[in-house]
Amino acid sequence: MSEVILRLDNLTMQFGGVTAVDSLSMELNEGEIVALIGPNGAGKTTAFNCITGVYTPTNGAIYLEGRKIIANHPKRRGIKTFGGSNKKFEKDVIIRTPDKITKLGIARTFQNIRLFKDETVFDNVLVAKHMRSRQNVLTAMLRLNFKEEARMRKETKELLEMQDLYRYKDEIAGSLPYGLQRRLEIARALATGPKVLLLDEPAAGMNPNETLELSEFIRDIKEHYGLSVLLIEHHMDFVNQIADRIYVLDFGKLIAEGTPDEISNNPAVIEAYLGVDEDA
Amino acid sequence: MTNKKRIIISSALIVLLFGGLWVMELTMNTASMLFVVLKKGAIYALLVAAINLLQGFTGLFSLGEAGFMLLGAYTFAIFTIPVEMRENIYQYYDGGLVQFTIPVWAALILGGLVAAFFAFLIGFVVLKLKSDYLAIATLGFAEILRAIFQWDKLGVITNGSNILRSFPGFSSVLFPFGVVGLCLAAMMLLINSSYGRAYKAMRDDEIAAEAMGINLFKTKLQAFVISSFFAGIGGGLLAMYQLTVKASTFTAALSDELLLIAVIGGIGSITGSVLASFLYIAANEWWLRFLDQETFIGAFKIPLLRSGFRKVVFSVIIMLIVLFYRRGLMGTREFSITGIYEKITAFIKKKKAAKGGAGK
Amino acid sequence: MNEFLLMGMAEISGGGFFQAIAGFFQTNLPYILAGISVGGQYALIAIGYTMVYGILRLVNFAHGDVFMTAGLICFYISTVSPLIISLPLTVLFTVALGFTIEKVAYKPLRNAPRTSAMISALGMSYLIQNLALYITGGLSKQYPQIPFISNSVTIWGATTKMVTVVTPILVILLVVALVTLIKYTKIGMAMRSVADDFETSRLMGIKIDNVISMTFIIGTFLASIGSMLYFTNYTAIVPSSGAMPGLKAFVAAVFGGIGSIPGAVIGAFLIGICENIIKGLGWTTFSDAFTFALLIIVLIFMPSGLFGEKKTDKV
Repeated sequence: MSEVILRLDNLTMQFGGVTAVDSLSMELNEGEIVALIGPNGAGKTTAFNCITGVYTPTNGAIYLEGRKIIANHPKRRGIKTFGGSNKKFEKDVIIRTPDKITKLGIARTFQNIRLFKDETVFDNVLVAKHMRSRQNVLTAMLRLNFKEEARMRKETKELLEMQDLYRYKDEIAGSLPYGLQRRLEIARALATGPKVLLLDEPAAGMNPNETLELSEFIRDIKEHYGLSVLLIEHHMDFVNQIADRIYVLDFGKLIAEGTPDEISNNPAVIEAYLGVDEDA
Repeated sequence: MTNKKRIIISSALIVLLFGGLWVMELTMNTASMLFVVLKKGAIYALLVAAINLLQGFTGLFSLGEAGFMLLGAYTFAIFTIPVEMRENIYQYYDGGLVQFTIPVWAALILGGLVAAFFAFLIGFVVLKLKSDYLAIATLGFAEILRAIFQWDKLGVITNGSNILRSFPGFSSVLFPFGVVGLCLAAMMLLINSSYGRAYKAMRDDEIAAEAMGINLFKTKLQAFVISSFFAGIGGGLLAMYQLTVKASTFTAALSDELLLIAVIGGIGSITGSVLASFLYIAANEWWLRFLDQETFIGAFKIPLLRSGFRKVVFSVIIMLIVLFYRRGLMGTREFSITGIYEKITAFIKKKKAAKGGAGK
Repeated sequence: MNEFLLMGMAEISGGGFFQAIAGFFQTNLPYILAGISVGGQYALIAIGYTMVYGILRLVNFAHGDVFMTAGLICFYISTVSPLIISLPLTVLFTVALGFTIEKVAYKPLRNAPRTSAMISALGMSYLIQNLALYITGGLSKQYPQIPFISNSVTIWGATTKMVTVVTPILVILLVVALVTLIKYTKIGMAMRSVADDFETSRLMGIKIDNVISMTFIIGTFLASIGSMLYFTNYTAIVPSSGAMPGLKAFVAAVFGGIGSIPGAVIGAFLIGICENIIKGLGWTTFSDAFTFALLIIVLIFMPSGLFGEKKTDKV
């Protein structure tokens, strides 16, 4: 099997007394599409927020391409709620803000689309190019960065054309239909030049037809940009279509992992979902 | 419209503006109200635009503008008061500590830099705060600065709570227009650059902006420093216009007033700020002066008109804009030559089409 | 009696430390008394800030100006009627003003971005100050002497006005009454739930508008009482009289933990006392600056204040 690109090691996230993610360990291999599923409130989005630096985990570490990018261990009051300290990570505390994580090559989308609603489609993607541009305020102000600016615009154009969004380039992002907004958000994430793409419920609110289109779209971009994809989803049809492997979370704990076939026959998963009967 | 055409037209308009001002100054009475409005309006345009750069483009709510203006004004004054005058002005402090002068342009820039430097220090402390807390913290810093500048222990530099005067001013309206024009041009270029896009992204959605790799703190600090730089230069210009500087006049009320002018012009529009500043100054100093005078028509005294009524009318107008016309004069649009050119061409086309239609 | 007490303290401690404190206490007694008095008056304003912020997440910049207006109202009414009538009328008119401001300036912006409401508050403050300037003609007005609380009194050798003694007692009584109201009445419960979660409370059928109006009524009621005490001490009223006490009261509310009424009161007393001790040390220039320095320190090192609750943002 190919190399592990993203690895979570005993990731725990507590809010006060509530443990949203409980000792989650998982791996994402290069070129893989992995789904993270589970009932509402299982801690999937919290796990995403830990990976992308929005939250600082209570305990555990996250590795990107074998390099430790985030690590923390419980301190002071945290030790009590966590139930002991953690010698393993005590030495190295690595905390990164979301922008640093994006720079390292992990891009994400949000559950409740977060586009820059009042800007044009083009500017939405263009702004993501800012991070890796070579310029400073003065050169930008004096327009000495025109080559860099031209490059950014060219790449944005290519990206939008590739996603079939270029014809909407001058539309205001907030005025696009829902499905296109989702696509635009993915395009914007791609513009940051990621190695790993995290998608938070990309198929939410889509009909079966759109879902099918979306899964093809995700496979395409994965191939084209050489990505590894981790996604959160409720639609089991969609997950079974697209995912190479599935991790199942319930109350913050990992209860199962495996291929789609294994998961759909796993008694623990069935129990977790019993009565919750998601679209499956 | 092509790029080349746009540049030609813009330069022509700028030459026309300055030429027009020059001719006006030669032919008209420069002590008239019109020139007061032009001078003060230009300075306010810069100050309001600086506040709008924060409020409108990065979403940072700062009420500390007066503090940075104070820094600019004092820096300018301290380094330009002629050496022979110092004995007289710093009479309680043995002529003060600074015993040299630097050229006016250098003092203006230095004023901007000093303001920017303090903005950097202050921003480091307060920019992690959220909207209303940020506003009140910046206001607090401005008040602290004001107290420090009135402190008699620093009197050898700041002259304590006494005024500073006798530094150079400007006589021609071309000077403030030139300086302000340069600053505004720099601001517009910044806003339309990659950095401006990052600012707007941050304003629209901090979390999404961060996920796009924009470092919130760094970007906020950058915008805060740049805005304060311009506020510092504006403070220097204001000193030149007033010919005196006194720390106690740079109050929170001044910051509020500037912010409210920005609201009138439209939060998020630099040209709106410029327009609103000139309108505000013109109305305040000139057109609405009559509201403050008791006026009789024959034996009938017009009710309400007396000292202070102008400000009341103003406040009511501001409240009406805040409540019912939140976008202000310009909203987030900018006044641009391209836009006008397109409007005109569209209008002509329409006319032609209408004519054509009528002809058939 | 005072000296006896101090000597006793010194004897018990037997060390120089307590003696030093006792000495400091004695030399600064007038300032401490002034501080307690003004602190209590800030507290009455601060409650209005903290309650409004707790419910609307809005810094009601006009609150300090309403406080100033209460002073002016009392001045104008007392020129035509005896105090026994003009004081209650002052309270009534001030409350009506606070109520109206909310309806006119904040209610229309309830669904607008938070900045808009804050700008509206700034505009309202600007309007009130300019109106006051217009009506007074720019001259300072002398607050009427309220009998009893304007009388001089000597405490431990320091001469002061009766208001110094009355203020803390009155503040404590009012706060106890307010806390009882919030804890045990229906409207109080509604207030707490709205402060906790605006949207959910609305969905649960709480009449948000009534709750907000009530908040403004209570806030301005207390501010009007505060103005009577404050202006008995500082008798000259100018249009900007309310700005600084207003800001300081807000700082007190932040210091105590925004949304917490006891917090605001304790914060206000601390600020009042510190500020006056600083004046006593001869640093008058910095007495206002101190308040803001404290504000900044609090905001950075303990943003939830002394008694506030921590809140986390949701992504």
